[in-house]
Amino acid sequence: MSVKVYVPCDAAAVSVGADAVAKAVAEQIASRRLNASLVRNGSRGMFWLEPLVEIETPQGRIAYGPVTADSVTGLFDAGFLEGKPHALRLGPTEDIPFLKEQERLTFARCGITDPLSLSDYMSHGGYRGLERALKLTQDAIIEEVTNSGLRGRGGAGFPTGIKWRTVLNAPGDQKYIVCNADEGDSGTYADRMVMEGDPFVLIEGMTIAAIAVGATSGYIYVRSEYPHAFRTLRRAIAIAYDKGYLGSNVAGSGKRFDLDVRLGAGAYICGEETSLLESLEGKRGQIRFKPPLPAISGLFGRPTVINNVISLSTVPIILDKGGEYYKNFGMGRSRGTLTIQLAGNIKHGGLVEKAFGLTLREAIYDFGGGTASGRPLRAVQVGGPLGAYFPESLLDTPLDYEAFAERKGMLGHGGIVVFDDTVDLARQARFAMEFCAVESCGKCTPCRVGSTRGVEVIDKINADQKRSQNLELLGDQCEVLTDGSLCALGGLIPYPVQSAIRHFPEDFHKPAPPPASGPAQSSGKVPGKVEETRPWH
Amino acid sequence: MGNPKPWDADRATLLIRELQQMPGALLPILHALQDEFGYVDKAAIPLIADALNLSHAEVHGTISFYHDFRHAPHGKHVLKMCRAEACQSMGCDSTIRHVERRLGARLGETTGDGNFTLDAVYCLGNCALSPAVMLDGKLYGRVSREVADFLIDSAQRHA
Repeated sequence: MSVKVYVPCDAAAVSVGADAVAKAVAEQIASRRLNASLVRNGSRGMFWLEPLVEIETPQGRIAYGPVTADSVTGLFDAGFLEGKPHALRLGPTEDIPFLKEQERLTFARCGITDPLSLSDYMSHGGYRGLERALKLTQDAIIEEVTNSGLRGRGGAGFPTGIKWRTVLNAPGDQKYIVCNADEGDSGTYADRMVMEGDPFVLIEGMTIAAIAVGATSGYIYVRSEYPHAFRTLRRAIAIAYDKGYLGSNVAGSGKRFDLDVRLGAGAYICGEETSLLESLEGKRGQIRFKPPLPAISGLFGRPTVINNVISLSTVPIILDKGGEYYKNFGMGRSRGTLTIQLAGNIKHGGLVEKAFGLTLREAIYDFGGGTASGRPLRAVQVGGPLGAYFPESLLDTPLDYEAFAERKGMLGHGGIVVFDDTVDLARQARFAMEFCAVESCGKCTPCRVGSTRGVEVIDKINADQKRSQNLELLGDQCEVLTDGSLCALGGLIPYPVQSAIRHFPEDFHKPAPPPASGPAQSSGKVPGKVEETRPWH
Repeated sequence: MGNPKPWDADRATLLIRELQQMPGALLPILHALQDEFGYVDKAAIPLIADALNLSHAEVHGTISFYHDFRHAPHGKHVLKMCRAEACQSMGCDSTIRHVERRLGARLGETTGDGNFTLDAVYCLGNCALSPAVMLDGKLYGRVSREVADFLIDSAQRHA
């Protein structure tokens, strides 16, 4: 039997050389005339081990990593096709503690299968959720999702079943399913991994949603920073059409569902659902007033389910195994699993899917192995650029929507960015405001103007100009942003700023440093011109 | 990324015609034009406005809203450097300063010889392998100053 060699095609794996490794493996197989074949799988999500190469042996899959193109010849010499010893051998993949301790439901297949093989998908439980959904009434499908306790994984945590119910009950000749794949939060990559590593699960989840609410058309809105994911989705959608899982007769049910994937154009705000809808309609990505909710008047003014990639990709397993099964994972009102993404200055960065309730400390130390630099951890930002900075003393906070809210933080999309003791929180607070200024859609004044004023005031604080008055002023500005902004960008940007001040006050009381640092924004400057006054380090 | 072709109104009209029937066609059209020409020429605005029955202002406003759409051709190579939090925690600012100094251009600018355009991006989804950059559409991780030099050197060799 032909031996299978797995080399991931995930963009992150490719970013550290997986394509070169795949090429070297293929060359060795050809030149040694071996009975082996190369499979490009998704990533297992253990990025410090990428490129992670796996061999299928009678004893299961054996992992080697991180493999470089240069080490491939040596691996073949050592007999790695039989899973033999080598300095890079990690043992059976499933026994690697990082993976073994997880509870993978949404990511059950990611990294195991060839993302674009529908037969692989089917033989690993794919389309069983849809099969069951097609036997149920619309009400019963939604009941199952509601019972599972699934809440929107994009960050807001709104119960998915309730959203679907609203769309089902909304009158309309045309309804839409929209997938929010504008994963813009720094520290997050779970959506990207699913789209690149198991795209059919997202397509299946959207199809189930469509059948549940009576929608016949859907869109996946992918950010342009994810060209790999965009290409994979396009190909997966074409395959699904070809095999009758999309189109006028979904899986022989007589029901229609058309699906298209659209590319964003570099705008963080388009991760906000109403901005995303505007963008899909071909307009500036400015947010809409709510109400009306998208569930009532969404894309092109029609009732629309808009859900995050992970939420939709979790639907198939809920339908397959039942809402009760899914609900049995988790704590409190946070049911099921959370896809934690360990990022930044972390030794073992990667994806951890685990029932809600793991503490930050367990995630960062037990899974992540502490900082990459080996220096003491000083701050952690959870939930993306709008999430709070937590100090060491809050690391025992469980990863749960409510527990984070109680500590004036936000779980968001589950991204954890670790900083060591070289971080300057005053600088991070400034960056938060700067980011908000760059990415504000401009519709409401608190966000559009407040963010720029915020940068100025933080600059004054850091330059020790009327420090206490300016700290007070910054507090007022944050209050206006929180209470006066139309959406979460302006509304939550005070989280990182105020948490930095609250937990790391010493960083705001340092002697004034030399003039502002950090790369400047493009601001209509003459191309090619370099400002000589800039303090190069 | 490919090699952008010089602006050609007939070609643009054809591209617009191919896409104009899609629901919400404006972004797909702008992407198609930028893929073809490397930027969205001002002369495309009336063509798009006509095809989609929009005002010039609506088309212009959409182009200017999004960071991706360029008003002028980019350099031979485009280097997008992430400066979001995860990359900051791994020292992206130092890599960025190094690249800016080496190329004599800042983020958002094109080098005088037209070889490189530097862009700031906020997250490339490679946050476990920070700092990340994207060179001519290809993603790279753990981009220290040395790796950045290597990438720039290889791009220059294939210029």
